[in-house]
Amino acid sequence: MADMMQFDLVSPERRLASVEAREVQIPGADGDMTAMPDHVPTITTLRPGVLKVAHAGGTDEYVVSGGFAEISGDGVTVLAEEALPRGELNQDMFDRMIQGLRDRHAKAKDAYVNEPGPVDEAAKLLADMVAVGSEMGLSSN
Amino acid sequence: MPSLKDLKNRIESVKSTRKITKAMQMVAAAKLRRAQDAAEQSRPYTERFNAVMAGLSASAQGSDTAPRLLSGTGSDQVHLLVVMTAERGLCGGFNANIAKLARLRASELKAQGKTVKILTVGKKGRDALRRDYGDLFVDHVDLSEVKRVGYADAQAIAKDILSRFDAGDFDVATIFYSKFHSVISQEPTAQQIIPASFETEDGEEAGASTLYEYEPSEEAILADLLPRGVATAIFSALLENGASEQGARMSAMDNATRNAGEMIDKLTIEYNRTRQAVITNELIEIISGAEAL
Repeated sequence: MADMMQFDLVSPERRLASVEAREVQIPGADGDMTAMPDHVPTITTLRPGVLKVAHAGGTDEYVVSGGFAEISGDGVTVLAEEALPRGELNQDMFDRMIQGLRDRHAKAKDAYVNEPGPVDEAAKLLADMVAVGSEMGLSSN
Repeated sequence: MPSLKDLKNRIESVKSTRKITKAMQMVAAAKLRRAQDAAEQSRPYTERFNAVMAGLSASAQGSDTAPRLLSGTGSDQVHLLVVMTAERGLCGGFNANIAKLARLRASELKAQGKTVKILTVGKKGRDALRRDYGDLFVDHVDLSEVKRVGYADAQAIAKDILSRFDAGDFDVATIFYSKFHSVISQEPTAQQIIPASFETEDGEEAGASTLYEYEPSEEAILADLLPRGVATAIFSALLENGASEQGARMSAMDNATRNAGEMIDKLTIEYNRTRQAVITNELIEIISGAEAL
């Protein structure tokens, strides 16, 4: 079937999804991208964001905290560090994720005083996560 | 010759021991199923990850700009041995086998004049190695509070190891754990994680041959993924270890239960013989007393 492709979402702890998908919207580190069947083979890293999968039965959304995606002509495999179906994300978990990134940002600030690269990176991750939160209607304070 | 009462007491105590080992065996069997399940669940991630990394690292290996996690520091003077064992004993040779392998490696490296540092994960490994190599310990990770090993635990260990690597504390890191084959067979394994080497299960994995576009750049992705590779390797080792531990405990407790059963049979025969001897003795005394009259 040319208009469908295999989509797998796996995290280290479990396999979250394995379906035939029509298109997959991926929160890439350099910007969102939508993968459809016969996409050019691509490997991209992820930023914290929402992954949307359109398949025959509707659209599924997952919150991912990072990881990478491998797109080949006949399928998409997303290897996420941490991933949850959108409905399962609650304030507690979100707080924990935000806190982790805040710590990382603070640590980066301490460790790389004269080197803005890693600090900016950590700040970006944090900002992305906050954006995810506001989309979900979760507070990030 | 033990008295009847002694024998009876011993039979009772062996019986209660058997009850305990039987219960432990059943608990281990239930936990084993869960541990195997967890290992099963993580396999797709690990396999895909390694396939992608194999492709990426193959192309980066040759270049001068390859990250240090992949190419190494250029020396192999200081070795870090990460010895992962269980928090609890009573699981046959499980902990001892891992410790033995680590000890062997440590003495080999020392004979070659290398510096050895040891990081232990799990109490039993620390106890086993303390006497010979206690002065080489750099740290210990305690997982006794952890009911179910999660990826976060592996990440914490990886972070600790990576920060040591960045600080230049060691050149080569190797993890020691036990690979799970079956309930009766677990294989102690040493796996080098820094500098990283990735092998796919079958050489024809698509990741190695297809030409990919990379976003951001190939180097950036590699630099991002290598630290995750360390965490992934540790996570799968922890899961394998978990399954191995329960498998080893299950067969150890199965043996113990069987031994207890045999012991009870033997003691019961001895008990019956002794009782018969006592009766016979009494009869002889009565008869010879009657004859004497």
